[in-house]
Amino acid sequence: MTEAVAVPRLLFDRPASLIDRATHYCPGCGHGIVHRLIAELVDELALADRTIAVAPVGCAVFAYDYLAFDWVEAPHGRAPAVATGIRRVRPEAFVLTYQGDGDLAAIGTAEIVHAAARGERITAVFVNNGVYGMTGGQMAPTTLLGQHTTSTPAGRDPITTGFPLPISEMLAIVPGSDYVARGSVVDPGSIGKLKAMLRRAFEVQLGGGRFSLVEVLSTCPVGWGMTPTEAVDHLSVVAETYPLGVILDRAKGIGAGAAPGRAGEG
Amino acid sequence: MTGTIERPAPVRDRVLMKGNEAIAEAAIQAGCDAYFGYPITPQAELLEWMARRMPQEGRVFVQAESEIAAITMGLGAAAAGARVMVSSSGPGISLMAEGMSYLAGSELPLVLVNIMRGGPGLGSIGPSQSDYFQATRGHGHGDYRVPVLAPSSIEEAVTLVADAFEIAERYRTPVILLADGLLGQAMEPVRPAFRAVPRAAADWTVGGAAGRPPRTVRSLHLEPEALEAHNQHLQRKYREIERAETRWAAEMLDDAEIAVVAYGTAARVARTAVERVRADGMAAGLFRPISLWPFPTAALRDLAPRLRGILVVELSAGQMIEDVRLAVEGRVPVFFHGRTGGMVPSPGAVARELARVWALTEPRPTARLEEARTAAAQVMAGAERSEAGPRTGQPAVDAAIWQERHAPMKDATR
Repeated sequence: MTEAVAVPRLLFDRPASLIDRATHYCPGCGHGIVHRLIAELVDELALADRTIAVAPVGCAVFAYDYLAFDWVEAPHGRAPAVATGIRRVRPEAFVLTYQGDGDLAAIGTAEIVHAAARGERITAVFVNNGVYGMTGGQMAPTTLLGQHTTSTPAGRDPITTGFPLPISEMLAIVPGSDYVARGSVVDPGSIGKLKAMLRRAFEVQLGGGRFSLVEVLSTCPVGWGMTPTEAVDHLSVVAETYPLGVILDRAKGIGAGAAPGRAGEG
Repeated sequence: MTGTIERPAPVRDRVLMKGNEAIAEAAIQAGCDAYFGYPITPQAELLEWMARRMPQEGRVFVQAESEIAAITMGLGAAAAGARVMVSSSGPGISLMAEGMSYLAGSELPLVLVNIMRGGPGLGSIGPSQSDYFQATRGHGHGDYRVPVLAPSSIEEAVTLVADAFEIAERYRTPVILLADGLLGQAMEPVRPAFRAVPRAAADWTVGGAAGRPPRTVRSLHLEPEALEAHNQHLQRKYREIERAETRWAAEMLDDAEIAVVAYGTAARVARTAVERVRADGMAAGLFRPISLWPFPTAALRDLAPRLRGILVVELSAGQMIEDVRLAVEGRVPVFFHGRTGGMVPSPGAVARELARVWALTEPRPTARLEEARTAAAQVMAGAERSEAGPRTGQPAVDAAIWQERHAPMKDATR
């Protein structure tokens, strides 16, 4: 008889690109998870030496304190324009924007739409928590109907404030987009799927593809007036308005199929 | 009777260039790596020239979706170490205020060309100098300054483009090239002194953290102490720019008793006017600021006591005049002549204004002052005889002399 020998095997470690530092994010906030996924992928794809990321305005502006690669800070909403400037003069770089929903879906709508329209070879990581977190939890274009925020104290009323903006679906019909998907940090299974989406988006860029975007349904317990666990559970409700899954994968032919505006492309 | 018409020998070293195109080509020759723009009159030819020429040179041209995006793309490219030009005109420049503030805060070099048109609002597409305040007062939010260079000819614009890139990179700051629609649209023969600007190794650009620690280009400093330290650093830089980069041109000022202060197109009109009044025996000169910030304050302050009057001429309702008045500190009366809305003052109108300044500031005949003094002396003598009498003699004389000297200013100033 032989005895089983336990060989120590490392199952979990901090990615080299994730700086060993406590974040300033609130308990229950999803930014930390998204940061970690990006760090894991940058390490797995060996991109740290050529990554240039663009930081948003909002809580995640400090992403550069946690992710160990080159960063440029953008004015509010303008990250896709900053990324365009970087991309055009640094063809060899891996270019990433990290943006919130106020940033990307309100003030930066023109910049994200036209970065996609130009088919910029950049990847946008779009963290949607439905509110302006840093300024105190005001309504964003993505806020759910009926949701109480500091600027919709009686709940979001479509009569006066309109409807949640499905910006990822909008971007998926733009001919310059090659990959658009929506994931969530609601549970470990979803986080695994989210990582696969981010990997696919990164690979689209690395393979010479055009614009790619991954939306992440994330939490803002403080902005939502919930405990961290309530907030995470609430993500299932959010996903009723924003369905999870791959919205467009041009390379795989999933989603919108042939782009209407790209008929004349050589 | 027949004869041959004498033709001047053709000049081979000059080329006919449109201002906008000369500025664009000067940027290319200076080594501009990337251009970002958005169509607007009267600078559209600059964008069009870049659209054709930059790809020929294997460089970057992007027509952005807005001026906001154009300046912000410029920010990204500058952060990645590229030499960047962006151009626009008034309404577009207003949209770029955000980007300029971030560029200044992040200490990024970039050259922004403003081919000024009439404002406010949509205004007109005619030439104007109405963006002087906007350019020289920092433009966006926060405590910062932007060097502003103002060419007065297409040839000078070519030279200043290279200088602008040099200043931008030496001090890590955005620089504005401020010209008006007339300079942008006019064509004139120029000897273009194109100049390639040498590159210095930068230790702050982003490009992937290979073999070095990661870098962040940022303007956010949440700790008050840190932001104040950053502001103090910026201010030290601005003082250094004031010391080293102040530029102006003095023309016909050696014997001048009155002077025009004007820049850009207004200076060209003024030069003709100065020559005309000189022909009529008036000792006039031209002081032409080339850097509008830093403004040539010290030079003008030193000049002021030698003059008896200054006429500021602008294609605006009067903006640079504030810097002129700050510079001369009341040492000499300052008059103004300006046109707005795309109107350009004629040399004749400026010459008439100069003649008026000449007359208004002419020293009064000594006899009249003597008369006043004599009258005052009599009052004083009377007062001394009667101790009860009011001692008002001296103030009366002062008032008389003051009135003699300053009365014209009341109706002459704007």
